[in-house]
Amino acid sequence: MMAAFILAFSLLTLLMFFVSYCRSLTASSLQKSLTEEVLDVTGIQAKASGRDYTRVIQLLHLCPDRHEDRSGLQIVGTYYSFLNLLDNLFAKLSPAVHDWAEEERAGCAHFAAVALGRRIALNREMLAQQAEL
Amino acid sequence: MPHGIALVIWLLGMGAGVCFVATSLIHGSFLRYFFLNLYVLFTLAVDVCRQYILSNFGINSPEYYYLYYYTDCLLIIALFIAVISLATKVFEELQLAKFVRILAALLLLGTAGFSYAVVAQSTERLSTVFAYELSQNLYFVGLVLTYLLWGAVLKLQESRTRIVQMVLSLGIYFSAYAASYALFNVASKYQVVQYLGPLLGCFLPVSWSLTMLRHTEEARLTPARLVAVPR
Repeated sequence: MMAAFILAFSLLTLLMFFVSYCRSLTASSLQKSLTEEVLDVTGIQAKASGRDYTRVIQLLHLCPDRHEDRSGLQIVGTYYSFLNLLDNLFAKLSPAVHDWAEEERAGCAHFAAVALGRRIALNREMLAQQAEL
Repeated sequence: MPHGIALVIWLLGMGAGVCFVATSLIHGSFLRYFFLNLYVLFTLAVDVCRQYILSNFGINSPEYYYLYYYTDCLLIIALFIAVISLATKVFEELQLAKFVRILAALLLLGTAGFSYAVVAQSTERLSTVFAYELSQNLYFVGLVLTYLLWGAVLKLQESRTRIVQMVLSLGIYFSAYAASYALFNVASKYQVVQYLGPLLGCFLPVSWSLTMLRHTEEARLTPARLVAVPR
């Protein structure tokens, strides 16, 4: 009984820290605005929404990989899946959950779009280097 | 030597530890996060010692038994000091770093005194029981301190990305460790549960390395974005 209580409590705190950790990742990218290029390519209208995430990820796969981004994108991807699950399970019970999840997914999409901007810049750099050769 | 999944986890843990210390050195942050590096270096040294004793004396030997509990105690003290070092960074702008250090020393002495009082009546070899008891109590104190530290990060609007993510990593580690401990008591028959502890041991160096690689010391974030459910 005590072990089950500790398990439930620690899982709750684990969830809280995981959400905060993911928010700290997305928050660090929120200060960076999206370039015109990224807005054009992704079709994002000024501010990213949760629906943009999948499209941005598809575009990311078309660009050369930057290993610095990989782990962050994986964690944010896990967070995005968790938000979808939460939305599917609880949105009907509480509309506030849906609003919160949507706002968070928008943060995930912005994070991915910033990474896309970096990859486009890297791509241009590589093309310029090839042209020089 | 471990084999199979245990070997993969052991190698991952060693690799992650080396990666964190190397990253700190390369980024010139070794001294700034000295106690975090010290903890990781201790875990590396302890891992090597344990494997040496394990391969020479076996898992049921008294040598391994004593080494395991004494090094476990040493590691939890190092982790406790690492938590305190992060707390002093959070409180240094309020000129409270010295106060935090004194409080931490008193807390450590208090926990040691309490642990001694608990085991004083024991008929077993006192130092081993004391080491075990101190590890358990310090682990609990570390867990509570991490929660308090997270509260302080939010209250003081800490914006340094590295500090925030390191504290959050500690929170995830302590919570996951407590969950795995409880799960072991609830469902010890499942073999997968026995790998959770060693896997979690890899988490801190992996997560701290990623923080070091991803963010510079100057990186800042918006503190209001950190609360899981905004008020």
